[in-house]
Amino acid sequence: MTAPRAAKPDRPWVFRTYSGHSSAKASNALYRTNLAKGQTGLSVAFDLPTQTGYDADHPLARGEVGKVGVPIGHVDDMTALFDALPLDRMNTSMTINATASWLLALYIAVAERQAVDAKLLQGTTQNDIIKEYLSRGTYIFPPQASMRLISDMVAYSVDAIPKWNPINVCSYHLQEAGATPVQEIAYALATAVAVLDAVKARPEVAPEAIPRIVGRISFFLNAGIRFVEEVCKVRAMAELWDGLARERYGVADETLRRFRYGVQVNSLGLTEAQPENNLIRIVLEALGVTLSKNARCRALQLPAWNEALGLPRPWDQQWSLRIQQVLAYETDLLEYADLFDGSHVVEARTAELVAASRAELERVLEIGGVVAAVESAYMKQRLVESHTARTQAIESGEQIVVGVNRYTEAEPSPLLAGGQSFLEVDASAEREQIERLQAFRTRRSQPEVTAALQNLKDVLANGGNVMPPSVRAAQAGVTTGEWADALRALFGEYRAPTGVAARRTASAAPRMRELQERVAAVSKILGRPLKILIGKPGLDGHSNGAEQIAVKARDAGMEVVYEGIRLTPEEIVQSARDEGVHVIGLSILSGSHGTLVVDVLERLRRAGLPNLPVIVGGIIPEDDAARLRQAGVKRVYTPKDFDLTRIMGEIVDVVAESSPGV
Amino acid sequence: MLARDRDAVAEALNLVEDRRVDKRAAALRLLDTLEREAPFPGAARIGITGPPGAGKSSLLDALVRHLRPRGETLAIVAVDPSSPTSGGALLGDRIRVRAAAADPGVFLRSMAARDRLGGLSEATRAAVVILGAAFDRVFVETVGVGQSEVEAAALVDTLVYVANPGTGDWLQFMKAGVLESPDVFVVNKADLGIAARTTAGELAAGVGLGDAADAALATGWQRPVILVSAREGTGIDALVAAFDAHRSTLAAVGELALRRQRSRESWVLDGLERRYGSHGLERCGGRDVLRARLAERGSASSFALLAELGREIEDALRKPE
Repeated sequence: MTAPRAAKPDRPWVFRTYSGHSSAKASNALYRTNLAKGQTGLSVAFDLPTQTGYDADHPLARGEVGKVGVPIGHVDDMTALFDALPLDRMNTSMTINATASWLLALYIAVAERQAVDAKLLQGTTQNDIIKEYLSRGTYIFPPQASMRLISDMVAYSVDAIPKWNPINVCSYHLQEAGATPVQEIAYALATAVAVLDAVKARPEVAPEAIPRIVGRISFFLNAGIRFVEEVCKVRAMAELWDGLARERYGVADETLRRFRYGVQVNSLGLTEAQPENNLIRIVLEALGVTLSKNARCRALQLPAWNEALGLPRPWDQQWSLRIQQVLAYETDLLEYADLFDGSHVVEARTAELVAASRAELERVLEIGGVVAAVESAYMKQRLVESHTARTQAIESGEQIVVGVNRYTEAEPSPLLAGGQSFLEVDASAEREQIERLQAFRTRRSQPEVTAALQNLKDVLANGGNVMPPSVRAAQAGVTTGEWADALRALFGEYRAPTGVAARRTASAAPRMRELQERVAAVSKILGRPLKILIGKPGLDGHSNGAEQIAVKARDAGMEVVYEGIRLTPEEIVQSARDEGVHVIGLSILSGSHGTLVVDVLERLRRAGLPNLPVIVGGIIPEDDAARLRQAGVKRVYTPKDFDLTRIMGEIVDVVAESSPGV
Repeated sequence: MLARDRDAVAEALNLVEDRRVDKRAAALRLLDTLEREAPFPGAARIGITGPPGAGKSSLLDALVRHLRPRGETLAIVAVDPSSPTSGGALLGDRIRVRAAAADPGVFLRSMAARDRLGGLSEATRAAVVILGAAFDRVFVETVGVGQSEVEAAALVDTLVYVANPGTGDWLQFMKAGVLESPDVFVVNKADLGIAARTTAGELAAGVGLGDAADAALATGWQRPVILVSAREGTGIDALVAAFDAHRSTLAAVGELALRRQRSRESWVLDGLERRYGSHGLERCGGRDVLRARLAERGSASSFALLAELGREIEDALRKPE
């Protein structure tokens, strides 16, 4: 018997690296280097002001410009980003959501400048705003308005840029928020259903265009360390998607029902302790989405081994790219037919996932679909529950994380020797970006900008498609902040439910009992229950960690004022004073901790609250942590601090130390 | 406080929540002074109650956005339940009331209901008195789970019940008699269309009947049902007009002062009963006798009365029966 081999080896998936920082020029140089190293697609990381629709000189942008990605304020920035990168030969993935239609408009405007036919543009705008409410937090508008923008882009692109994937329905961020495989599958499919139902209902979309539109929906998945289950997960999704496309949308053509997806492997499980182990995790996670030929990813981006320490350097990203190249070019993976067809184990586990996911999908549809399930916080509550279960399992040792809660004895890592083992963004990046923005504003034609903005507002108010007036605005020199302000004025801004409030946990663990007794004792001395404010300054919307802390603090018996995301230092200080809290906990993952935390401390002093203790959690390198402690921060927590009960105990200590008479 | 100093307001709120003996004495002095010396009628006191998910916080956000441009200063007391197991609480309202975020003319204080099951924090009345001295309008937001409507009614001049369209919750509350306390009914989420209009119609039919409606009508007030969309900002002007009309209707017939007096009495009696039980009240003649005594002491503050009668009951309880 001969093993079923492919007639010729499969083409490898697209290799990408999620990257971008400081400025369009610096990021362009990085992209060119990456392509020269053998990367086959681009993956643009935008900074948070660009993602949330603020110009670099807006107060909320302070400390965030160029930090987690490239700042794009206008068409000249976008032109510089793709300098000498002909767009008809690029496959560009843009991680952009609330402002996706704007960045796509800028991309189209650049194609025009490069004299490239828009019909040749290939790539993806992430554009899944539903998961932003659940996990990533870079939404701007209410869910209904967001659904409209998504469906505008889908309806526009099917003819205008037919090779473009207008949405990448994301389950990636759901797993980062703690989702189980079943939740990941069900909520992603529910999002896809909501988008397609909305597009289908549009009068200008002809019924015969629906199969083509279904064929343009792509997904963005996560791959965790339980890689056997991940193989089953992608197979289950492919099966469910095929069924939905056929039954719900009547797609007869099998090629248009194919489950097309890209992947970024899991960051949640990457550890700060013994970070070299992360490379092994990344390899295994990559296997989960490449082993099964019938459910293999179309594009793969791998994080860097040191992501939990700070921003990866070019060398760190190169090391991850080499994983993909070895897997695709050295191994025999691409020579065989599907390795799992006929495997009883894989088929049985896949069938279990299909059944359970279908049931959960039905539940969401019964509630009224994803928009209703966002507004009622149903999905968010399920995710916070799963995440809490995960953190508790790690804390109790039930779930083993090598180097974190087991096998913690280790030799010093030579990879960390010799100082800086991650990238530091040039502190002048923000100032320079603001200077470029202001220079741009003076050289553009103000009448054209005014007319283009008015046209945008008129078209939107009359229910027209957002894309054509946005392309015109891009060409006229409108800035990212101006475009977003026009939409904010029309749609309003939104704050999503946090999912933390409804959950009731009764942890009977003796350590929790002790903690509750200590909280009660300190509260008695304070005269009233220990009250803590938890919030996220800046534009970073990754609220999973802050939510876990909030739930734990409540379970410890504290009164928790949970402030959520996107706060200015001014707002934090005002509510700390008005609420009469005993301690402030800030969470920041975007690397802007230096500016924002110091600002909070200064404002507390000016508000006459110099002794109100502040603790900080986030991805904070040790040197920065030392600087923050120097500036007055009482405790700094990083991803290696997984024992939430211990953190709570220390918060009680901090309050006790800072309050006279305790 | 009367000078509207925000720091002083925040500190006063900390003080009235403080359970330490010396602080309680200081808090009592402060509240006694404030309640006796505050000009009548002072700030409008409005309660917002309703089932979870009805959109109370979003409604508050819309009200803040509507009222602030008129130059009014606003305070919000948001009461959330405490966990019965840990005693902790998650107070998440600030996220929904975004319009309050960095506006010096809006003050938001979250409070946990503490040991009172489903009820209001004991300090809520104190907070209303303090905030009423410093702001033009005070809102008290509570989750309606039955008893809390009655308690909220004792804190405010106008109680608003926010119904969730299409859920039929209001029917359950009507059965439980809870719809007797509110003065204004709101059906939020009018943007849902037919479901909201149906609920408003059913509610209008229900609230026009019964003793509560008759009692309201006796003061010249017909309890309205108002359709609003906090999301789209529609109906908010009508709601604010209803607040103001209710207050002037009450004031015109002298009912506002009477209502404040009844509220004070109820609050003191409830506080005594909570601390000493119905047995404690009986030792001093029972609820009706005590209410009559409170009515005679019109000029004393509710806080002073609670302390004074509390001592009396303690003494009575010490003596053999």
